[in-house]
Amino acid sequence: MKHDDLKVIANSMRKNILTMIYKAKSGHPGGSLSAVEIMTYLYFKEMNIDSPTDDKRDRFVLSKGHGAPVLYAVLMEKGFIGKDLIPTLRQVDTKLQGHPDIKKLPGAGVEASTGSLGQGLSIANGMALAFKLDKKPNRVFALLGDGEINEGMIWEAAMLASHYRLDNLTAILDHNGLQIDGKNEDVMTITPIDKKFEAFGWHVIHADGHCFESLEKAFEERKTIKGKPAIIIADTTKGKGCSFMENQAGWHGKAPNEDEYCRAMEEMGDIGDKSEGGGLNG
Amino acid sequence: MAKATREAYGEALKRLAVDNPDIVVLDADLSGSTKTSEFKKVSPERFFNVGIAEQNLIGTAAGLALAGKIPFASSFAMFAAGRAFEIIRNTVAYPGLNVKIAATHAGLSVGEDGGSHQAIEDISLMRSIPNMTVISPADGREAEQAVLRAAEYVGPVYIRLGRMAVEDVYDDSYVFELGKGVLLRDGKDAAIIATGLMVQEALKAHDMLKEEGIDARVINIHTIKPIDRDIIIKAAKETKAIVTAEEHSVVGGLGSAVLEVLSDQYPVLLKRVGIQDTFGESGKPKDLLKKYGLTAEEIVRQTKEIIKMK
Repeated sequence: MKHDDLKVIANSMRKNILTMIYKAKSGHPGGSLSAVEIMTYLYFKEMNIDSPTDDKRDRFVLSKGHGAPVLYAVLMEKGFIGKDLIPTLRQVDTKLQGHPDIKKLPGAGVEASTGSLGQGLSIANGMALAFKLDKKPNRVFALLGDGEINEGMIWEAAMLASHYRLDNLTAILDHNGLQIDGKNEDVMTITPIDKKFEAFGWHVIHADGHCFESLEKAFEERKTIKGKPAIIIADTTKGKGCSFMENQAGWHGKAPNEDEYCRAMEEMGDIGDKSEGGGLNG
Repeated sequence: MAKATREAYGEALKRLAVDNPDIVVLDADLSGSTKTSEFKKVSPERFFNVGIAEQNLIGTAAGLALAGKIPFASSFAMFAAGRAFEIIRNTVAYPGLNVKIAATHAGLSVGEDGGSHQAIEDISLMRSIPNMTVISPADGREAEQAVLRAAEYVGPVYIRLGRMAVEDVYDDSYVFELGKGVLLRDGKDAAIIATGLMVQEALKAHDMLKEEGIDARVINIHTIKPIDRDIIIKAAKETKAIVTAEEHSVVGGLGSAVLEVLSDQYPVLLKRVGIQDTFGESGKPKDLLKKYGLTAEEIVRQTKEIIKMK
C-alpha cells in the first residue's frame, strides 16, 4: 500500500475517533490522535494480520489502553469490527469499552485487556516468549505512552525482554511529551528515554510518528536487529490533526462539544470517511 | 507422612512437565522455596525466571496464556497476591485468562521471617475478584491433586500453599473435586468448617470434643471460591452452630465467606477461629500458631462456647 493511501486511512481514523468520543461525551482524544499514523502503518504495512483469528497473525498490545478509540478505529478500517459501533463507544452494553476489553470483542482484533497503565509490555513479553518457545514466526508489537513509562512495571518488563533476547518483540513509544498533569518533564522526568532503554539492553530507533517514510525506515531498521528487543521512539503531537487540541494537555481526557466537533471535522476535510460508518470499508 | 503443600506442588509440576506440553512455569527468584525448581529440572526450556519482579511475573504469565500456554506463576503469597494484586485483577481475572497463581509461604506458619512475609489477607484479596477460583488445600495429597485439577480447569486460579510440613488428612483413596467441600467427620452438636492447615487441627478438636461427649462435624473447604454452599447450609440446618478455622485473618477469609452464605440463606450462630485482625511476628511456626490461637484447643474452646449459646 502506498503512503498516500495510508494518509487516507489515517484521516478516516481521525474522524471516526472524534465522532466516537464526541458521541460518548467522554474519552481520550489527545493520545488517540497522536497514535493514528503509527497504528495505520502497523496494521496496513508492518504487521502480518489479514484476519483477527488466524494463528499466524502478528499480535498488537495497546499498553496505553486509554487510546482505545485509535485501536477501534484501525480495527474498523481493517474490517474486523463494524463502523456501526462508532456511536456506542462507552455506552452501556457496548463492545467498545472505555478501555480495550478482550471479552467484549472476542476474536475481533483486541488481543489483550488493557487500560491500567504499565502492564502491556509484560503481556507482550509473555506472547513473545510463547512464540519463541514454539519456534513460531509471529511477532509482537506493543504501543506504550510516554507518561506510562513512569510505571515501574515497564522497567521490569524491559529487563525481561532483553534477558530473554526477544527479537520478535517491538515496542513503539507514542512520545507526545504530555501526560494528564502536564508536560512529561514537569510531572516526572523520563529523559533520556533512549539511553535508558539502551542501558536495559534494547535497540533504540527514533522516528517521526506522523511521517510514514520515517516510520517505514524505523520498522525496516528493526528487522535488521537480531537477538534483542527494539523500541521505536516515535515523536508525535498530542491531539494531532485537530488544531485546537494539538499539544494541549487539557485534551488528554476530554470530549469536544458540538462546536468543537464540527470545527475539528471541518479541519479533517473530505479525505477518507465522509460520514460515520461510511469509510473505506463502509 | 508430613509434607508441606509447596512440596506437593513441586511434585505435581514435575508430572505436568511430562504430561502436558502446554504448561509453562514462571517464578520470581524464589524457585527453590516455591518448588518450581522441580519443574525446571524436568523442563528447563519451559521455565522462566522473571527476577524479583512480581508485577511482571503475573503480566508475563497473562501474555503466555493469551498465546495458548497454561502458565503457573509462583512467588510467596505476600508478593503474588499482595504486590501483584492489581495485575491479577486487571490483566488476568478481568479478561478471564487461563493463568494459575500458586502462592507459597502463606499465613503465619512462614515463621521466623516475621510479619512482613506472612500473608494473612490473600484469601480475602483473591476471593474478592470476579472470575477467580481460590483453593486452599489441607495436606500434600490434596495440594497435588488441586494443582493437577487446576491445570485442566480453564480460567484463573489462585492456589494457597504453605511452607511448613502438615500431617496427612487424607489417604491414597482421596479424590479432589473442585468446588466441593469434604465431610471429614459427621456430627450434630456443632460444625467445624476449616481450610488449609487448620483442617488437621479441626480433626484433633473433633477427637478432643468427643472425649467430652460433644459430637462435632468437621468439614474441609478446600475451594473457597466458588464455595460449596450446600454443605455449609446443610451443616447449619443440622447443627445450628458453626465454627470456622483458618490460618488467615478473620476479616475476609473463610469465616467471612461462610458468614456470607449463611446470612443469605440460613443464619445461625458462628464463631471464627483465625488471626484476629492483627499482624504476625517472628517465631517458630508452632509457637506462632499457638500464640495466635490457631490450635485444636482454641477450636474446642470456641465450639463449647457456641454450643452454650444455642
